Amino acid sequence: MDKKDKAKAYWRNNIKYVLILLGIWFVVSYGAGILFRDQLNQIKIGGFKLGFWFAQQGSMYVFVVLIFVYVKLMNKLDKKYGYDE
Amino acid sequence: MMNKLLLITEIDVQTWTYILVGITFTLYIGIAIWSRAGSTKEFYVAGGGVSPLANGMATAADWMSAASFISMAGIISFAGYDGAVYLMGWTGGYVLLALLLAPYLRKFGKFTVPDFIGDRYYSKTARIVAVFCALLVSFTYVAGQMRGVGIVFSRFLEVDINTGVIIGMLIVLFYAVLGGMKGITYTQVAQYCVLIFAFMVPAIFISIQMTGNPIPQLGFGATLSDGSGTYLLDKLDGLSTQLGFAEYTEGSKSTIDVFAITLALMVGTAGLPHVIVRFFTVKRVKDARKSAGIALLLIVILYTTAPAVAAFARTNMIETVSNQPFEEVPVWFKKWETTGLIAFEDKNNDGLISYVADVSKNELTVDRDIMVLANPEIAKLPNWVIALVAAGGLAAALSTAAGLLLVISSSVSHDLIKKIIKPSISEKGELVAARLSAVGAVCVAGYFGINPPGFVAAVVALAFGLAAASFFPAIILGVFYKRMNKEGAVAGMVVGIISMLLYMMKYKLGWFDEVLPNKNEWWFGISPEGFGTIAMLLNFMVAIVVMKFTKAPPIEVQEIVDTIRIPSGANKALEH
Repeated sequence: MDKKDKAKAYWRNNIKYVLILLGIWFVVSYGAGILFRDQLNQIKIGGFKLGFWFAQQGSMYVFVVLIFVYVKLMNKLDKKYGYDE
Repeated sequence: MMNKLLLITEIDVQTWTYILVGITFTLYIGIAIWSRAGSTKEFYVAGGGVSPLANGMATAADWMSAASFISMAGIISFAGYDGAVYLMGWTGGYVLLALLLAPYLRKFGKFTVPDFIGDRYYSKTARIVAVFCALLVSFTYVAGQMRGVGIVFSRFLEVDINTGVIIGMLIVLFYAVLGGMKGITYTQVAQYCVLIFAFMVPAIFISIQMTGNPIPQLGFGATLSDGSGTYLLDKLDGLSTQLGFAEYTEGSKSTIDVFAITLALMVGTAGLPHVIVRFFTVKRVKDARKSAGIALLLIVILYTTAPAVAAFARTNMIETVSNQPFEEVPVWFKKWETTGLIAFEDKNNDGLISYVADVSKNELTVDRDIMVLANPEIAKLPNWVIALVAAGGLAAALSTAAGLLLVISSSVSHDLIKKIIKPSISEKGELVAARLSAVGAVCVAGYFGINPPGFVAAVVALAFGLAAASFFPAIILGVFYKRMNKEGAVAGMVVGIISMLLYMMKYKLGWFDEVLPNKNEWWFGISPEGFGTIAMLLNFMVAIVVMKFTKAPPIEVQEIVDTIRIPSGANKALEH
């Protein structure tokens, strides 16, 4: 693989990760916390209505996890393509 | 031993406040002296060698302002579900930062955001537009911080607000001017520790009192410890509807507005220059990604606690004062009444405090800031905890103010003087210019803190809309769309920022009409706070359309884009 193709393949892989992770980002916050909260509020976990919980707690936990997953994935990808330092 | 213990419990709040504020301020000044900046690289980006953990802590303190520390829990306790716009909006932006901005800006590796815009769009005009946006966003934001410093001082140390602002100015001046980004980074690390400790201690105490669970995030969804077996949130929903308010867990904003505000805040967070520059301070691209994760984790500790505090405080407050005889109110009520933060007017002369949603019958006005400031007193916590809140509020306000002042001073000394007005300036000369512009910026910020123009409070929340409407699209397109050229980017930023300003002037400040236009006139039912989302979309659309009709960027610029997409070699980038 020459240098240009390598950079292209790396970038394509990166974009794929970003799109998947941002998909989850959108679903937990805008989906569960805003658009579908009325439906989710029918479900109760402990004292929390589920939609309310996603809006004021859950989405934030997921955000943190998403960034660390991206860090892990990209560190691996950097190694695979020799961009690691 | 017994005597000493007695002594500690007897020290009053005022003395405790002096002790704690004194210790923390000495610490900040000590750090500033230890970490003086000797070069422009140290002044702008702390030398570029900050560890991911230190940068994560500094970013968290930089980010969490007086508004996060003092006002947010209070806002949520009055807004209920609607408060989620701030919680999700001010944290979700970090996902965008980590995935879409921070790694590439770090790889690009210059000193400021206008640096990136100016180089990527090979244009002085683009750079000047970016400098203008950076100054506009940072000044609106910093004025609020200085005011916050003044307010904390005046409430806890009983000096007047102006004296408080001046003390705050002197402290910030000292470490921002001396240490630049290097001094700011390490004081922010200390400030994070102070502010998170100060926020969590009362929260944990109150959570135990109300629900028996020491973790506020869990206590939030637990049953009350009064033996009734009722869930806290059910109780609060019940109390709210009884008094005529909307159910706490339902809120009252429209779904489209909640959606738009959340998005505007997220995108705005990712576009705020004082947050972005923090990622220029780490060594490698992978450190930039990691420190974004650490920063968000540290921020989320406070942000998931705040809504719990909000629910505890609101329940507590309603139960303590609603329908109670005014003669029997606790001491804290009287004390905060003198500050004007809480007021009671016995409209029906029955001697009872009637707190209801109906404005004509309501007899109690409560400033939302009281929910954090007076919470420890309402919950009868020891004096040192109350004083701790003052030290924490000051740490939050000072750390954010310092970060903003650095953006302002580097915009002037680096982007305007070095890059546009006098490129021949020496490194030493630029460093002097950077320090002088920091002094100038502190004075302007202090002036606004002492004489806040009426619109500052209204505009601070809109700084996010401005950042969303200007920087975010320009940076994203610069990284992800190689064909994007200067014509497109400049047109997009100009249209974005102008539409945001106009909407704000019309619907928030009411400058174009006799009276402020009401909600029904908002476009698509979107409030001025949420309009950043629309302005951002306008920016994207205009940029892409204009680009289609103008010529592609030069080959060298397209090559820059190729290089920033590859993480290795970030340190070399900083050397040029």
